[in-house]
Amino acid sequence: MEKEIVIRMEGLTKRYGTQTVVDRLSLAVAEGEIFGFLGPNGAGKTTTMLMLLGLTEPNAGTVSVCGFDPARDPLKVKEIIGYLPENVGFYDDMDARQNLRYIARLNRIPDRVSSARIDRLLNEVDLAKEADKPVGSYSKGMKQRLGIAEVLIKEPRVVFLDEPTIGLDPDGTNKMLDLINGLSRERQMTIFFSSHLLDQVQRISDRIGIMIRGKLVAAGPLAELAQRGLGLEEGEAYTLDQIYMKYFKEG
Amino acid sequence: MTLYGILTIYRKEMEDHFSSIRFLLIAALIVMVGVIIASMVGMSMQDELKGVAKPNFVFLLLFTSTGKLFSFTQFIGFLGPLIGIILGFDAVNRERTGRTLSKLVSQPIYRDAIINAKFLAGVTMITIVMVSLILIISGLGIRLIGVVPGADEVWRLLIYLVLSILYISFWLGAAILFSVVFRSTATSALASLAAWIFLSFFIGLGGSFLADAVAPMQQTADVARATEAFINNDRVQRLVSFLAPATLYGDATSTILDPLRKTPRSFILMGPLERLSLSRFQNPLPLGQSIVIVAPFMISLIAITFICFGICYLVFMRQEIRST
Repeated sequence: MEKEIVIRMEGLTKRYGTQTVVDRLSLAVAEGEIFGFLGPNGAGKTTTMLMLLGLTEPNAGTVSVCGFDPARDPLKVKEIIGYLPENVGFYDDMDARQNLRYIARLNRIPDRVSSARIDRLLNEVDLAKEADKPVGSYSKGMKQRLGIAEVLIKEPRVVFLDEPTIGLDPDGTNKMLDLINGLSRERQMTIFFSSHLLDQVQRISDRIGIMIRGKLVAAGPLAELAQRGLGLEEGEAYTLDQIYMKYFKEG
Repeated sequence: MTLYGILTIYRKEMEDHFSSIRFLLIAALIVMVGVIIASMVGMSMQDELKGVAKPNFVFLLLFTSTGKLFSFTQFIGFLGPLIGIILGFDAVNRERTGRTLSKLVSQPIYRDAIINAKFLAGVTMITIVMVSLILIISGLGIRLIGVVPGADEVWRLLIYLVLSILYISFWLGAAILFSVVFRSTATSALASLAAWIFLSFFIGLGGSFLADAVAPMQQTADVARATEAFINNDRVQRLVSFLAPATLYGDATSTILDPLRKTPRSFILMGPLERLSLSRFQNPLPLGQSIVIVAPFMISLIAITFICFGICYLVFMRQEIRST
């Protein structure tokens, strides 16, 4: 059975002044898929996400998230998506519970519903013990995990994660990737995440898109990208570095 | 649905204000100084009023009498803006530097809910400070001078309260505007303070410079011409001073709180008839007439407050919000 397409972009273009940040991007992501959005810094990944969220209006092209146009129906889109910005911040003088409760209230989740949900999520992201400490005292990894809990509090259908592993140590990175993987496999959420590290993207993604200087140069499962990019036969060995350099040089 | 987002943010902002040491300090300071001024005035008034057969509007004197230093209304005119500035100068850029703004705007709320709620929470805090100040001073006054305010005086005080809230809200709006425009909280704090100092203290200086340039005073023997030049000069100065909210506020409050004042102007051109009527009718103005005199000032204060907030709103709505 063909899966429903939840994110669809066609000819999406965004310019700042004379600079084209996103150039005629067309992409579709199916329900329940983990899509890894790969590209060097400044490739336009964040701008693409902002357009998907309706926080920035595209200059040309169309976007739809679960059938809604984020530019025209931003509230509808924001109700069903969760967004974790790069280096997410919290209200440092409040504890984890208070931070989560605030976001829950903004999503019109009554406190009696959110209380149970907050406890469950804090357990899931392994922060239950630190839940009553002010978030200002948290480490970077803990903050990122709290960010995931915050995204999940509204039980979104689609999750956008902007560089969720940036600045984390190997242990933190592993925890984070496992968490993201679990979301998709256990809850059938669609996940769209960006990163500039291929090895992390390939570990959990079903499909990968490579974006360089505003252009999507390739999209598909990693094995397919390897075959196409390097001209290999099926089953032939390749290294991640090879793929990485190949596409990045082309761009 | 729109209201829900505003209410949630409003609630959080109020919690923040009440637990903010900065705000509590300035509020405590202003309440303290206000009460000291009023009690000093109250004590000296006991002596001043000895022997006066039937003094009028004694209760209002508590707020307008200058006592040894300055009056309560002058004090609020000078330092009231600080309350607004402290409540607003980091309203938006605090969220920006804390990286919570991009998270906030990706929740299902309208973007203007953020700025509306912040402004509303600030206005509420201002109202709380001003109401408690006036109530404390009134209570103190009743104890010290033993006079209970009449209905007329209560109405005048209420109008004074509204004027004060509007005046301080203007500065709240200005501070929030700076917090939207400048990314760093230190810059917006300094910019707000600079604007406050300029508009409160230096605009008068600028006004007299401009007046001397546009309508210089004349040293002639011709009394009529000299008078006319003098009045023109004053007119230009007043026009410039209307740019300053402090002038609007000062003129409006001194007229509403002092029923014996019949005009907010410092100079008036009097013909023989006006002179006669002034010397004949020295009774206080009725409340309705005072309101008529104050209405334009009140409307101007409302206008500049809303214009200020309007600009702030527009700038915020057009701003691109990125996490980096």
